[in-house]
This record gives sequence, structure tokens and C-alpha cells, in this order.
Amino acid sequence: MSADVSAPSSRTRHDGLAGPTAGPGTVGLTALDRPPMIAPAPPPRYGRNGQLKRRPSSSLWRMRRYLLPYRARFIAMIVFAAVGLAAGIVIPLVTKAVIDGPIAESDKTGLYALGLFALALGMVEATLMFFRRWVVAKATLGTETGIRTDLYAKLQRLPMAFHGRWQSGQLLSRMMNDLSTVRRFLGFGMLFITMNILQILVVTILLLNMYWPLGLVVLASIFPVSWLCLRNEREYTRLSRRVQDQTGDVASAVEEGAHGIRVIKAFGRGDHVFAKFDAGSVRLFQTSMERVKLTSKFWTFLEVIPSVTLIIVLGFGAVAAGQDRLTLGTLVAFITMMLSLVWPVAALGFLLSQAQEAMTAADRIAEIFDAENEITDGTSAIEAVRGRVRFEGAAFRFADAETDVLHDLNLDIAPGETVALVGATGSGKTAFTALVPRLYDVTAGRITIDGVDIRDLRLSQLRTIVATAFEDPTLFSMSARENLTLGRPDATDDEIAEAIDVAQAHFVYELPWGLNTRIGEQGMSLSGGQRQRLALARAVLARPAVLVLDDTLSALDIHTEALVEEALKRVLVGVTGIVVAHRASTVLLADRVAMLAGGTITHVGTHTELLDTVPEYRALLSAEFDPEDQLDEIEQTWLEEEAAR
Amino acid sequence: MSADSVTASTASTSPQKPDGLDEWRGVGAEHAGEISAKGSVFLKRRSRALLGSLLRPYKTYVWLLIAVVLVENAARLSIPWLVRRGIDLGVPPILAGGSAVVLYETVGLMLAAVIIQSLSRIFFLRQAGRVGQEVLLEIRRRLFKHFQKLDVQFHDRYTSGRVVSRLTNDIDAIMELLAGGFDGIITAVLTMVGVGVLLLVLDLKLGAVCLLCFPILLLLVRWFSRQSSITYRAVRENSALVIVQFVETMTGIRAVEAYRRERRNQEIFSDLSGRYQDANVKSFRLVAIFMPGIRMIGNITIGVVLLYGGYRVIEGNMTIGVLAAFLLYLRMFFEPMQEISQFYNTFQSASAALEKASGVLEEQPTVKQPENPVPLPNAKGDLHFDRVSFSYVDKRPVLPGLELTVPPGQTVALVGTTGAGKTTIAKLMARFYDPTEGRVTLDGVDLRDLAEDDLRRAVVMVTQENFMFDGSVADNIAFGRPDASREEIIAAATAVGAHQFITELPHGYDTDVGKRGDRLSAGQRQLVAFARAFLADPAVLILDEATSSLDVPSERLVQRALGTILSERTSVIIAHRLSTVEIADRVLVLEHGTIIEDGTPQELLTRENGRYAALHRAWADSLA
Repeated sequence: MSADVSAPSSRTRHDGLAGPTAGPGTVGLTALDRPPMIAPAPPPRYGRNGQLKRRPSSSLWRMRRYLLPYRARFIAMIVFAAVGLAAGIVIPLVTKAVIDGPIAESDKTGLYALGLFALALGMVEATLMFFRRWVVAKATLGTETGIRTDLYAKLQRLPMAFHGRWQSGQLLSRMMNDLSTVRRFLGFGMLFITMNILQILVVTILLLNMYWPLGLVVLASIFPVSWLCLRNEREYTRLSRRVQDQTGDVASAVEEGAHGIRVIKAFGRGDHVFAKFDAGSVRLFQTSMERVKLTSKFWTFLEVIPSVTLIIVLGFGAVAAGQDRLTLGTLVAFITMMLSLVWPVAALGFLLSQAQEAMTAADRIAEIFDAENEITDGTSAIEAVRGRVRFEGAAFRFADAETDVLHDLNLDIAPGETVALVGATGSGKTAFTALVPRLYDVTAGRITIDGVDIRDLRLSQLRTIVATAFEDPTLFSMSARENLTLGRPDATDDEIAEAIDVAQAHFVYELPWGLNTRIGEQGMSLSGGQRQRLALARAVLARPAVLVLDDTLSALDIHTEALVEEALKRVLVGVTGIVVAHRASTVLLADRVAMLAGGTITHVGTHTELLDTVPEYRALLSAEFDPEDQLDEIEQTWLEEEAAR
Repeated sequence: MSADSVTASTASTSPQKPDGLDEWRGVGAEHAGEISAKGSVFLKRRSRALLGSLLRPYKTYVWLLIAVVLVENAARLSIPWLVRRGIDLGVPPILAGGSAVVLYETVGLMLAAVIIQSLSRIFFLRQAGRVGQEVLLEIRRRLFKHFQKLDVQFHDRYTSGRVVSRLTNDIDAIMELLAGGFDGIITAVLTMVGVGVLLLVLDLKLGAVCLLCFPILLLLVRWFSRQSSITYRAVRENSALVIVQFVETMTGIRAVEAYRRERRNQEIFSDLSGRYQDANVKSFRLVAIFMPGIRMIGNITIGVVLLYGGYRVIEGNMTIGVLAAFLLYLRMFFEPMQEISQFYNTFQSASAALEKASGVLEEQPTVKQPENPVPLPNAKGDLHFDRVSFSYVDKRPVLPGLELTVPPGQTVALVGTTGAGKTTIAKLMARFYDPTEGRVTLDGVDLRDLAEDDLRRAVVMVTQENFMFDGSVADNIAFGRPDASREEIIAAATAVGAHQFITELPHGYDTDVGKRGDRLSAGQRQLVAFARAFLADPAVLILDEATSSLDVPSERLVQRALGTILSERTSVIIAHRLSTVEIADRVLVLEHGTIIEDGTPQELLTRENGRYAALHRAWADSLA
């Protein structure tokens, strides 16, 4: 019996991956069950000379659907911002009215009325600012989480081939840094570009209206400020990128110094390595200094220009006031309003570069959403799985390689039969095992299970039929139980105990919190042998019809290995097995041996046949013979013999 | 699923809903093993000492900078004051039809103030920036050098990840403080104090009314600093969880896909990013209270100033110019509040970073350089273990009094059970560790009395960890002797049989090996490491399981090369293959740190009841 014909409840779970077909009983629909909400890419447009034309904002615009659930909040944000802006603009006007009206005329009632009005406006402005920020928090962060969840789902669906091309660090920087750049722009940059432009326009008009000659002075000062900002922003971004790159260089020198410390010490090359590190650090220092110089000038000028404008306004304003062409209240209001322009103008440069960054970031995110999934789901299902695996002229090569890793693979494994795969390091054994669960697809020929091409099978069923224990087992930073039940979250305690028994992984019970102990990077660290035994238990627990063991016993000591092999013999009864083997003792688990050399299967036969007739096979096994393990065993048996005597 | 549990929660009735963080994450001991990491408002003694020693070269300079920053702030703060002067003293004479001298004078003063302000500001920003960057460079250099100086035992304990994080993340935290934090806080404090004083001087009563907002402001800042350090921690912790889940899914994608883990992962990830979002929303909302709060206090104060100031102007107790100056000053007063609130966080993480850095710098290597080294320019390679004991943990000796002499030129193979001490012997020879008792000598000189350069020229160890440095294949071979010519590099590669595959690489010897040598197979890396050692041409060569990652064809190549490499020098091989053992002049069988068999391979084969003989039999049996 194989796992896919078990109770219907577990069936929905195992099959649910492929989409919403799992039936009304399914719960917990996730982002995996629907396509990402990102809008499809617009059809490419070509310029006159046939070059691809891209609108820089297009990727960002494609994210629009993620905003929809929060549209009420975004609209509220805009309204609050606009009203707050209006209040902020009116306050200096009221100040002017106070000075020109009640104060000039010594009208206390008027003073109180207008003063209280100004006070109230100030409170309204602050309150609106509060509401805007309060309301927008959930909207922007919710949008970010929405995109992030879809991105993660997309990445989980993408095949091994994709992940082989992309380092997880690059993916991480898209998922965290780029996404927060986009989020910042959505919640802040976009709004303030509009609001600042609006504010600059309105205030300039008001200033011109108040007293146009001074208004012109202010208008004239806007240009050098915005020019300065734009230019410096560009230069600053360039320098910051360089600082970032050089920080990265220093970091890799640091990593080398840390990871290679033993080699460095063995050759006494500390000075050599330090020189390399130091050169990078000095370069970084120089670029940082350039940036310091730029910002020191930039920030100073940014402060100086308004001050100079203020002096000019004051000088002319005072003269104008002296000639009665301007009231003192207007002068004060003028100065206050003018100063309120400093930030919106100065921020424009920063905001525009933020917008540009957000567009680039959105491009980088869209790139992942647009990645083609080469491994597509099939539609067939096998009713009663028997577990006959056939390689029919199968070949495989990596996407960017020029030669096949494996070619002309022909092998027929009968249901319940176990085949050992033997080959030298680099002969393609691991690639071979990855083809069966379709972690990679064959690039020629085909592989069938019970006569069905595995590419036509539902992926979820295929991977239920096939379970693999990897040589370098991945442990996740989760409880030991969660790690064990990776392929079967609903396994009972008895089943878990049984699998632990088979894999001789009893050490998990002795961990500080037993099966609930966190293992992996962020938890208890386990030895190579312990990790392999967990991986084996994981595979056994999945109760597959086809069990693939990719050199799962290599890190076990000879004693444990013997116990595991004994238990495996029982597990492999009635299960089709593919066992990558290094040692004669592991080979003996198998009914037949297939020898891989030069990317293909050169010999198939029993262990004794190959040992007698194939010298390369003999050489291989001889090379895998490990004196240390063997001496351990010799010592063990001698001790036992002594004890018996 | 029982009927009465339906009301409890949907989560508990459906196995597909997230089970909650703790259940799947399991239990673990958190925050273990860091050399004291908690930052506090007051720097600890050693952090202070470190900071002091970093800043000492700039002692006088720092005073100059303080003077400049005071001048700058005075100039900046004088401007509203001059505005008042212009309105109150400059305008009336003009109104009266008189001269505009006072006004011109004021405008001139203002221009002067602006010029002083900008010059001193540029000077300050640039020079403070330079000091900061130089301090950073210095601390980077010190840390890197120190990590290189610390012995292997330290590095075994202090993982490379932590070394990297000391030199990257922690440096970044300190940089943030030096780059923006200090400048911001100095300007903010000076502005607030200066403005406060000026307001009182301008008009005592109105100034006093303004300063009433001060305690409220301080309360708000304190509340925010405290709350935000809590929420920032929550944000950091949650983002770390999201990142771990993400990275582990991507690096373990093979297991994820092979075991159909996607759905459960998606649930966990949604749960985690939901928590991350909640933590973020909380921290955003703190800011949503804080920033408008400051604005609210500011606007109310301005409103009150307008009301009360207007009243005083009407009463004739104050001039309009003073009122205008007040309005300008108040604007200045509230601006830097944000800086103050952010400074707290920057300072916290920087001081934690400084604390960790100073902790590392306090570590002393147990393998020390000799004060008066004995020169040994041309070692012959005569190795001697003189009653050497060694234990990693107290009272559990790995080697209990080892006595061993290896004459120059001999090739010795070590075989033994797990934990017999083979690698320990190798590490003692290479002086990665020092013996607990007894001494290891080379040509009669205690290794502890040899200068680093002499020792490393004489003794080289190659392990199975064939680290490749960034750069070309040639660079990596030349690591054995940086001044080697291209011909010598090629000769070394040819001698170990690596020349063939190197010339077949896309750019031959100039092929970039890629990050940590990803582009080369394990066997190829091994050959490059051999070439590296051959080029270094040491008197003593130690190979610790160095051939274990080779495939059969490359091993045959190496086997041939080993003859070349090992001849005419003392060599010690820890082998995982019998074929390698057989080329040795002498085999030592070790058990629990003691030599139990010693002889040529042929001699040991014939020994009855011998381990080596038994080993050989087992090997032959396995191939029967």
C-alpha cells in the first residue's frame, strides 16, 4: 500500500498543493492556492529602431492590486494630508491677521478671537497628522505583507533550477530591502511628492499675492535650492552606491579572513590577508570621506540659501514697511510662510530619488514574479501505485552547461526491488536521484513510474510516491518533531517512534526538550551522523512507494551503520529503493548494483558479479574503504572478545 | 474533533491552521554564548577605555571642534535675534523718514552671521566626519588584526559568523552613531539650550511661558524612547524570524519540494510575516503619536505665544520684533526633537557593538609569540615530541605524554581509531595549539621559541578544508609564496598534477575561482591546495585527511604527485585511505593518544595480532 490511497482527509492535504480542486472540506487556503495578485506585465513596446522600450514606473504600477484592500485607508490618508496641509498654510495668515489687526489696533477681544482660532488650527493640524500616520501604518505595512506573502509562495513554487541560479542572499534582499523601499514610497514618498508640490505652489501664490516683489525673491530662491538638491542627490546616490559596494568588498575580505583562518595560519599569511583587507578599508574610507565632503557642503548650502533669502526679504521688507507699502504683520507672516517652504523644497530631491529607487526595487521584485516555472504540474494520477521505476534514455544537463551531466540512462527497477548506485565523486549520483522526484526535469528521454511519464503525474502525487533522504540533510530551525514530519505533518506519535527506531535516531529523546527541542542553525547543533539519521527517519516516515537514499549513511560510525542497515532491510521490503552507496556493506542492501561512470550507467549486476568482472568497481570500493572506521570496529570486536574470555 | 470544541476556536479544530510559533519552532536556549552583549546608557569600563584609546590622537582636535560647533550655533541662533533688531530698531527710523543705517547695519550683521555659520558648519561637518571615519578605519584594522592574531582554539569556539558580524554589523552600528548621531544630538542640545536662554533674555515672562512646554516635551521624549526601544526590539526579533524562515526555505528548497512542504511553510510564513507586520504597525503608531505630539505641543506653544505675546504688545510691554523673533525661535526649538528621540536607539546599539568589540580585543591568544625568538632560517625537519601531553578540556588528556621522533626526510602515516589523537598531533606540530605539558621541537628548538615567519616557512599543514580565496587560480597557488613568479606557480601545479585541469579552465591560471571556489570541484580544490603547499616548499609537511575528498582518477594523480611532494622533506600524513598509507616510510597506529604499533608498512603487515595487519585483512575481505 502506498501513501496516496490512505484516508480522504490526508488525501486533500497531500493533493491540495495544486490548486483549489481539493474540495469543500479544505481549510487554510494560502497564497499557494491562487496566482499572485501582481498585474500581468504589459505587452512589450518597441521603439522605432526595434529596441525594447520600458516605462520605468511599469513594475511599480503592476503592484496596484495589493493596495486595493486598503483603499479606504489610502483615501483617508490623502484627505487628512490635504486638510492638514491647508491648516498649516492658514496658520501664518492668521498670525498676520493678529499682528495687523488686533495688535496694531490694540483690540484685545479681536486678539483673543483670532489667537484662539490660530491655536485651534494648530491643534487641528497636529491631530490630522496623527490620524494620517495612524491610518496609513496598517495600509502600507499590509500592502507590504501582501506582496511578501505572494513572493514567498511564488519562490516556493519555482523549481530547483531557479534556486540553483539565485543565491538566497539575493532573494532575501528583494524580499526585505526592495520591498520596504517600495513600501516607504507607497506610504510616504508618493504622498509627499504630491503634497510638497501642492504646498510650494499654493504658498508661492500666496506670497506673490501678499507682496509680489518679495514673492519674486522667494520664487527665485526656490530654483537654486531645487537644482542643488537634484544635483547633489544624484551625486550622493552615486557615492552611496560605491560606499555600499566597497562595504561589501570589505565584508568579503572579512569573511575570507574568518572562514580561511586555519589556512591563513597554516601558511602564516596574516600580513598578506591584512594587506588585502586594509586596501579595501582604505578605499572605503576615501569614498566615505568624499561623501562627508559632499554632504557637508550640501547641507550647509541647504541651510544657507533660506537664510540669505530671509536677509534679503527682511532688508527689502523693512524698507517697504518703512515706506508703508507693507504692514509689519505681513512681513512677519511672509517670513513665517517662507520658512515653511524650506522643507518641502529641500525634500523634493530626496523624494524624487526615493521614487526612482522604488521603481528599481519594484523591477527587481517583478523579475521574480515573472520567472517562468519550468517544472509544470501534470494531470494524471496513478490509481494503485506499484512502484516500477524506469529510466528510458534519460539525460540531464544544467541550463547553463554545454555538456550533459547524465546521458543515455536506461534502467528498469521492478516494484520492491532495491538498486544500489555506485560511482566516483562527481559522477552524477546526486543529479540522478534528483531526477526521480522531479527536482530537476530530464532534458532528454523520460522517466516513468508504473508506466506513466513522471512529467504527466500530479507533482503532489509524484512527491508522495517518492521520498528522498539527502546526503547533506537540510534541517530547519524548528522542533525535531517538525523536522521529522516534514513530509507528513499528520504522523502519529507511534509512527514517529517507529521511524526513529529504523533510523537509530533515538538521540532525539535525549535532547533537552525531547522531540520539542529546536534543532538546526538557530537551535541545538547536531553531528553529521545525527543529521543523517534524522533525514533517514524523515524519509521513512513519509512511507513512500519509492525510497531514495542519497548516501545517507556516509557520516555514521560503523556500529550505527550496521544497526541502520539491519533496520533498512526491513523497511525496504515491498518498497522500491534507490540507494547511493559508498561501502560494500551498504551495497549489500541492494538486489542489484548500477555503476555510474562518465555520466552514464556502465554496468548493472549483483555485487559479486561486478566485483569479479569490473576492475573499476573494485577500485572504487577499495578507495571508499575507511581505515579509521575499520579500526574502530576492530577495536570494538577485540574488546568484546576479551570480555567474552 | 469533538463537538464542544467547535466554539473554542477554529484554529484548534483544523490541523492546517498555524499551530502557533512555539509549537513548530520548538524550544531552544536563546541568546547563549555571546561575550556579554548588553548595551547600556553608561558605557562599561572597557568600552570607555577602547573609545578613549581610539580618540586619544584627536584630543586637542576634539576641543577645537567643540569650539567651532559653539560658534556655529551662536551664529545660527543670532539670526532671529537680528530679525527682531531689524524690525524694532531698523524699521521705525525709516517710518519716521530718517536714515536706514540701523537696518543696513543689521542686514550686514546677518550676512556676517550667515557666512560664519556656513563656514564653521562646513568645517565642523567635514572634520568631525574625518575623525569619525578615521576612528572607524582604526577600529576595523584593530579588530581584523586581532582576530588574525587570536589562536585557532579561539576560532573553534567563536564561530566565523560572529567574527564577520563583529566586523560588519557592529561596525555599521558604531558608524551610524559617529556619522549622524553625535552631530545631531550636539546640534539639538545646543539649539534647545541656546533658544531657551535667548527666549528668557528676549522677554522673561513670555520666555517662561514657552519653557512651560519643556517638561511635557521631555516626558513625551522619554516615553517615546522607552516604548520605541521595546517595539524596535520586537520588530528586530520578528524580522529575524521572517528572515530565518525565508532563508532556510530557499537554501533547503530541495527538501521543501521533495517533501511537499510548501503549504505548511506558507502557513508558517504568513503567520510570521503577520507578526512582523503587527510589530511594525505598533512601532509606526508610536511614531504616529510622537511626531504629531511634538507638533501639537509646538503649535499650542506658538498659539499661546501669539495670544500672550499679542496681549503684551498691546499693553506696550513688548515689541512686535520680539514677537516675530519668538515665533522664529520656537520653530527652531521644536525641530531637533526628532533627533533626540532617535539618538537613544542609535546610541544603544552602538554601545552594545562597542562592548562586544572591546570584549574581543581583550581576548588574549593562548598561543603566544616568543619575546626572544630563536632564529631558524633553514630548518632540516627534525621533529621531536618530548613527553607531550595535551587536553582540550581540563583533566581529560587526549595525548598522555607522547614521545615521538621523526628524523628529517621521513614520511610518517598516522592511523587510528576515532578520537585517537591523530589530528591533535598534527595541530601541535603546526602550533595551532601548544602542549599542556612537555614540548614539541623542530631541529631541537621548541616551537614556542620560533618566530612566526620561521615556523610557517618550515611547517605547513594542509587539511581537507581547502579554502579558496577570492581571486584567480594562480593567486590561490601563490598564497603559498606570494613572491613566486608565474613559472614557479606553473611548476608547482605541474608537480602535483594540477596543470592539466587548470589549463582546461576558461582562462587557465587566471580563471576566477568564484566565491569560495564554487567553480572548482572538491578534487580540483584539493589539487590547488597541494600546489599551494608545494610552492611553499616547507621542511615539514602535514597532510590531515587531505586526500579524502578526491575521486578515484584524481586520487591516482595525487598519489603519483605525493611521491614528488613528500620526497626530501619530513612529512606526516593522516590518511583515510590505505593506498596513501602504503607510500609511507613508517606507520604509527594510535589508540587513545598512545602509539601502539610503529614500523614500516611491510613490518606491520606481518605482525601477528597487529591492528594494522587486521586492518589490511578487513580491507581485502571487503573486496572479496
